[in-house]
Amino acid sequence: MIKGWYAVYYREMLIVRRRLPQMVPSMAVSPLLYMMAFGYAMGDQKIVEGHRYLEFLLPGLIAMSSMVQAFAIASEINISRFYWNIFEEFQAAPISRTAYALGEVLAGVTRAHLSVLIIIVMGLPFGVCLAYYNPLFWLGTILNSFVFSAMAVALAMVVKSHAEQGMLINFFITPMAFLGGTFFPLDNLPIWIRKPLEFLPLTHASNAIRASAFGQNPGYLPYVVLAVTGIVCFLVALNMVGRARD
Amino acid sequence: MISNSAEQTSAEEVIKVAALAKRYGSLEALSGVFFKVFQGEIFAYLGPNGSGKTTTIRILTGLTRATSGDAWINGFHYEKQALDAKRQCGVVPQTINLDQELTVFDNLEIHRRLFGLSSESRRRIDLLLDYVGLLERRNATVRQLSGGMKRRLMIARAMVHEPVILFLDEPTVGLDPAIRRDIWALIKKVQADGVTVFLTTHYIEEAEFLADRIALLDRGEIVALDKPQTMMSALGEWAIDQVVHNRVVSSYFATHAEAGKHALEMENSYSIRRVNLEDAFLQMTGKKLL
Repeated sequence: MIKGWYAVYYREMLIVRRRLPQMVPSMAVSPLLYMMAFGYAMGDQKIVEGHRYLEFLLPGLIAMSSMVQAFAIASEINISRFYWNIFEEFQAAPISRTAYALGEVLAGVTRAHLSVLIIIVMGLPFGVCLAYYNPLFWLGTILNSFVFSAMAVALAMVVKSHAEQGMLINFFITPMAFLGGTFFPLDNLPIWIRKPLEFLPLTHASNAIRASAFGQNPGYLPYVVLAVTGIVCFLVALNMVGRARD
Repeated sequence: MISNSAEQTSAEEVIKVAALAKRYGSLEALSGVFFKVFQGEIFAYLGPNGSGKTTTIRILTGLTRATSGDAWINGFHYEKQALDAKRQCGVVPQTINLDQELTVFDNLEIHRRLFGLSSESRRRIDLLLDYVGLLERRNATVRQLSGGMKRRLMIARAMVHEPVILFLDEPTVGLDPAIRRDIWALIKKVQADGVTVFLTTHYIEEAEFLADRIALLDRGEIVALDKPQTMMSALGEWAIDQVVHNRVVSSYFATHAEAGKHALEMENSYSIRRVNLEDAFLQMTGKKLL
């Protein structure tokens, strides 16, 4: 059923390899600006939840950046659908829609982890070195990127143009990036704002990644929420890939 | 191959299509066509733009769902045994669908992996690149290739998995005449190597030169299906064109002598030429191909 997924993944990785010299600096720019603006400019010695603000911020940036980079696979799919017609090469190949979706989702997860590694390395000169050896930290980043990569594959099959893709990012990803517990603790928000935000997958990802990066056990709830959301998004993606045939 | 599909087609039939139809809302793109394509032949689908040529190829290769009807590719049902059917097909679509920023080799290597071929089959990629005259451009990016080279690369890619049938959708559209002839020579070479070819075109000379049999398609219907020579000779061998009331009117004759004799009696200017497929299409549909 999943035979052929590696071919789809392999293609995406060839493109990543070719674009790596441009991708690495481009993935580093936003986190660097956030670290400088929110970390230093807001006061490096400010303590949030018992940690230096930069230490609090970095796991949030990891959650946000892995979400954004995983979701960016939607743009790659759209380019291959609308500009290069490469999607038809996959449609004409003897691979199932599960194989196609899995290959693309895992490519999104891989791209997301490239950005995670970049942020970890960038944190070092700022004096931020957290418990990256904690397997729960990596479980959080993997589940988070899986959720948004699967969501991206599903939405990429629905949108009809790049303009629609941009709208999805503006209305969905950007608000979540700022309100998913990345830059500040949600506890400071009024309850009527906080409660809906607690349902966002990025909020659970931020909580899990931050707690595990501080060497704490985040509990099973965020992982269950992310795993269930990921499975639902993947099933929706399978359905959408099947419907992409005219 | 499962037994019920083997009952549907004989060994010689590589494609069997029965009552295949496609509707897009109120538009009937394909209205229940029937035809067979036999092993080793070049079968051409000739018709004007919008006649249903690409729709047929897209259905047979799994890119589009038919509204109704059946088709078998080398004995496999195109929908119920879709993955097996796809393994029989090499597809060269009308639009260039290569990964522009990857190399020539990478494009073929991705295809090899998509079809789940063994690592030994990697050697076939170089053989194929040599076959289409692109071995020296193996490590060039697709972006660096000319239009004709891209077409040849698409043909090579479609043949990586040694398909039984090669689908070519308007393979020479947009190419200059010299490069078009190179592609024709390549298609003949593919046929000589035992691959069945199904091609769509709206170029009369392309269909005449390449095809063993032709289906003339108009508004989603096959209006004629035969050998090109048979289609043309039904009208005669020679044609005289003359302008009457601002319209070109053609008359057909069995021999050049007959045509010449008729021409002597004509008052207006005229031209004598050989009958072609356009004449056959005009006779059957009342309109020109282009």
